[in-house]
Amino acid sequence: MDSVFYIAAFVTVISTIMVITRHNPVHALLYLVISLLSLSMIFFLLGAPFAALLEIIIYAGAIMVLFIFVIMLLNLGKETAKQEKEWLKPKVWIGPAILSAILFAELFYLIAIAHAASYNLQTVNPKAVALSLFRPYLIGVELAAMLLMAGVVGAAHIGQHKKMVLHRFLKEEDDTL
Amino acid sequence: MSTVLYYILMIVIVLFTLTTIAAWLIWLERRVLALWQDRYGPNRAGPFGLLIVVADTIKLFFKEDWIPPFADKTIFVIAPAVIGATVLMSFVIIPYAPGILIADLNIGLLFFLAMSSLGVYSIVLGGWASNNKYSLLGALRGASQMISYEVFMGLSLMGVVMFSGSFRLTDIVLAQKGYWFIVTQPAGFVVFLIAGIAETHRLPFDIPEAESELVAGFHSEYSGMKFGMFFIGEYLGITLISAMVVTLFFGGWLGPAFLPPLLCFILKTFVFILFFILLRASLPRPRYDQLMEYGWKILLPVALLNLLITGAIVLMMNK
Repeated sequence: MDSVFYIAAFVTVISTIMVITRHNPVHALLYLVISLLSLSMIFFLLGAPFAALLEIIIYAGAIMVLFIFVIMLLNLGKETAKQEKEWLKPKVWIGPAILSAILFAELFYLIAIAHAASYNLQTVNPKAVALSLFRPYLIGVELAAMLLMAGVVGAAHIGQHKKMVLHRFLKEEDDTL
Repeated sequence: MSTVLYYILMIVIVLFTLTTIAAWLIWLERRVLALWQDRYGPNRAGPFGLLIVVADTIKLFFKEDWIPPFADKTIFVIAPAVIGATVLMSFVIIPYAPGILIADLNIGLLFFLAMSSLGVYSIVLGGWASNNKYSLLGALRGASQMISYEVFMGLSLMGVVMFSGSFRLTDIVLAQKGYWFIVTQPAGFVVFLIAGIAETHRLPFDIPEAESELVAGFHSEYSGMKFGMFFIGEYLGITLISAMVVTLFFGGWLGPAFLPPLLCFILKTFVFILFFILLRASLPRPRYDQLMEYGWKILLPVALLNLLITGAIVLMMNK
């Protein structure tokens, strides 16, 4: 089981690095999809199958598709890729990379000196998730629902437009009578 | 060790059967369409024209496998594989008969929804990578159509989940021992069927590839076996949706005692496959905005109402 976890974690890390370093935005988003898929694999391994599948359905299946949808419409061609290439010079990323490498070394050291953490896995079935959502965390669900409602109302307001009538016979105005 | 062998054997059998069925569905569709339109259909190669599928496959293999120079090569190659992979993955959770299934996940239904939501990528990426206006338009239509119909698809199934109290498909089938869920969930069934047709972008909802307006939509640049993958993916999709309808609303393998369960399941599935073909023969294609409006203004309220009423009834029954 451990080796499966390490493989999934490795794929996640590599694909996330690829997301940052790709010049073509669609390729970057595809790596992001892979990163989300491997993350859902990790959820699955840690005994949360419900969260794992929601990760795929919502993030990989809906939100990322919308991202790609928008980028497709922008028609970013070779120029953007070139621009990205110019922006991603070593001069830019070497400083933060060194600093985060130090942090990573520290984290590695801390994990190494700590005695091997034994995680006792407990599979959480969908029913348990539902019960905890609608009993102790009900207020959170309701708040999220309100937030989403506000989003829907806002989108409906922005998206509304007057119906365009292109032919004079189809106009429903009094002057045609 | 024997369980591992059993699963490997099962996977090989299911995979082989499915690909064969999907290939011969092409023949079945052309024959049955011809029957309903009062003509012969393919009738030259082999008995009843059965070998037309072999001839078609050979033709596809020998065609030039052309990747346009203006296309994004990697993604162009990946896109047809995505649809085959996601649809075939969905078959993992379907219980064909007691003991004949690959994985009995306790989140089976969600797994099906997840795989069908990943199937969108094949259209989107194929259309985008082709770098062609028609393909891009097809991809845009496909993405918006499939994302919106996914919503109703998920919602329409929740009634079934409430009645059976589980996402596990074997539990759902066993919960239909007394009566099939079509009796208590007619609205859910209708919404699921319509959403399923839209998900597989079959006629009359084949708007992403509408030949009369978009040449062939998202796969206009594809040729050879890459086109074949999209083609087979579509027929696998039909089989999948039919199998899911049977499992969720028509009692899966349950049926009269004199029929073996597997045969019962296959018979019911083929009834729905034929229904899909009949739809193609009889209905015209709606306009794109009509399809979206129909989804959001009719199907979504119906699915939500169904959910609300089912929830109330289940609560009352439990009291």
